Amino acid sequence: MHPAFSVVFFTTATGAGYGLLALLGLLGGLEFIPADFWLGLVGMALALGLIVAGLLSSTGHLGRPERAWRAFSQWRSSWLSREGVASVATFIPASIFGIGWVLLGKSGGWVAAAGVLAAAGAVVTVCTTGMIYASLKPIAQWHSRYTLPAYLIFAAMTGSVLANALLQSFSVGSSAILALALLATLAGWVWKLATWRYNDRLEIPTNANTATGLAGGTVRSIEWPHTEENYLLKEMGFRIARKHSAKLRRITQALAFIAPAILLAIAFALPWPFAAIASVLAAVCQFAGMLVERWLFFAEAKHTVTLYYGRQ
Amino acid sequence: MTCLPAQTDKKLGLVIDLDTCVGCQACVTACKEWNTGGHMAPLTDVDPYGGHVDGVWFNRVHSYEHTTESGSRTVNFPRSCLHCETPACVTVCPTGASYKRASDGIVLVDEDKCIGCKLCSWACPYGAREFDADVGVMKKCTLCVDRIYNDNLAEEDRVPACVAACPTSARHFGDLGDPASAISQLVEERGGVALMPELGYKPTNRYLPPRARSERAAKVDAPALEPIKAEGGFLGWIDRMLSN
Repeated sequence: MHPAFSVVFFTTATGAGYGLLALLGLLGGLEFIPADFWLGLVGMALALGLIVAGLLSSTGHLGRPERAWRAFSQWRSSWLSREGVASVATFIPASIFGIGWVLLGKSGGWVAAAGVLAAAGAVVTVCTTGMIYASLKPIAQWHSRYTLPAYLIFAAMTGSVLANALLQSFSVGSSAILALALLATLAGWVWKLATWRYNDRLEIPTNANTATGLAGGTVRSIEWPHTEENYLLKEMGFRIARKHSAKLRRITQALAFIAPAILLAIAFALPWPFAAIASVLAAVCQFAGMLVERWLFFAEAKHTVTLYYGRQ
Repeated sequence: MTCLPAQTDKKLGLVIDLDTCVGCQACVTACKEWNTGGHMAPLTDVDPYGGHVDGVWFNRVHSYEHTTESGSRTVNFPRSCLHCETPACVTVCPTGASYKRASDGIVLVDEDKCIGCKLCSWACPYGAREFDADVGVMKKCTLCVDRIYNDNLAEEDRVPACVAACPTSARHFGDLGDPASAISQLVEERGGVALMPELGYKPTNRYLPPRARSERAAKVDAPALEPIKAEGGFLGWIDRMLSN
């Protein structure tokens, strides 16, 4: 699949944004984090900023962005529509929570309720994003039981690493949040390795025989219907060389999981402000790594239409 | 609504005979000609005379070499929308632009509602949908919905343009939901198959596999060509001169 940057950035940014929003909603509303104007403002601005930037980026992928409002209508059948509805609905409790926690400096009571609802909305939205990909049968690498948990784990991972960086920067970091960020990063690494292992051993029943209805023997493409690449090949025929794929997998592991894990582990032993610097570096490094991960998620996904063009 | 109808009154579709298709592309050009002025018009061509020709087509003919124990043969393979019974291209549509008609099962796109998110083309395993980058919406085969019900055409012309154009009658149109229809009987008789049935989209269109090879054909191997002997004299001189 063609890795369009607008979609790569969209899923990465909203994942991190919703992860951070969920943690702020839960930890802030339930008074694990003290209500503080500047901490709250920066935190909520970062979370909502990532979400809004991601959503705006996704409309850049549309052929007719001015009609995007229509996408809220088909929530009964379409995961993309459900994502649209869930993402916008989450803004309501998130805004109420933001007003209560940041502007009024309150926690508990209705602020806690709004925070928990915002967290629930964030989880639901990330699920809908994951299901868009997990529900696509023509792409075996996506239509697997690994896809939905991956979106949830990566949102929790990037969100908790961002939350830790935020709290450390305001000198209110705790070893519990630091441990959460570290464990989530390690969980993300394990899940990504398991996903790659599964995809590399995938045996896909669909092949050129079933695609053409020509039973038995081999089916070899000898002539395309067109001389130049068409929409199908540009959008779904993206190929990545195996050696680049292997290198990019190593880059993903280094940037998204290993380096942040080491930085977070070091942050345990460092005094402020060095722990804060290590935490922020971990967040920035991980975000860059996740962009590479998401690029690979698209680039390594093979659509069945490529079978018609003789691409195995 | 992008929810699918529980059932359709008819299952209109195509049956394509891979035995007789000669790969002449007549269906391809007839489709383009009709539809660039039809329901989904225009079928935009981008840079049609340049080095990077691209454009929207509803029907594309591939050629394959099918090799089995009984030998190899060339199979020309027209590929277009199969008007599936459970088309995921419809259910993934977030706007309601994609829909399947309850009356005849035809899958269509309402171009005025399409936002061009392209998710339907990802959901189609067959590559039936092509994005029109110029108009910014998705386009697909309409089964010539503007021909088959068109009272302005003579009754024999009320078939999809690809079917009307086929010089070898490799394309057939009819109601595949009616077991008594001529097209259903043809599928029955020739063992017509659905494409990628394992994905569960339940395509309406069927493909008739090439017939088994005839045993009546002559089986005389052509003699191998002899290498040309080097000649002397005048002819040898000409041969050497021409060989230089």
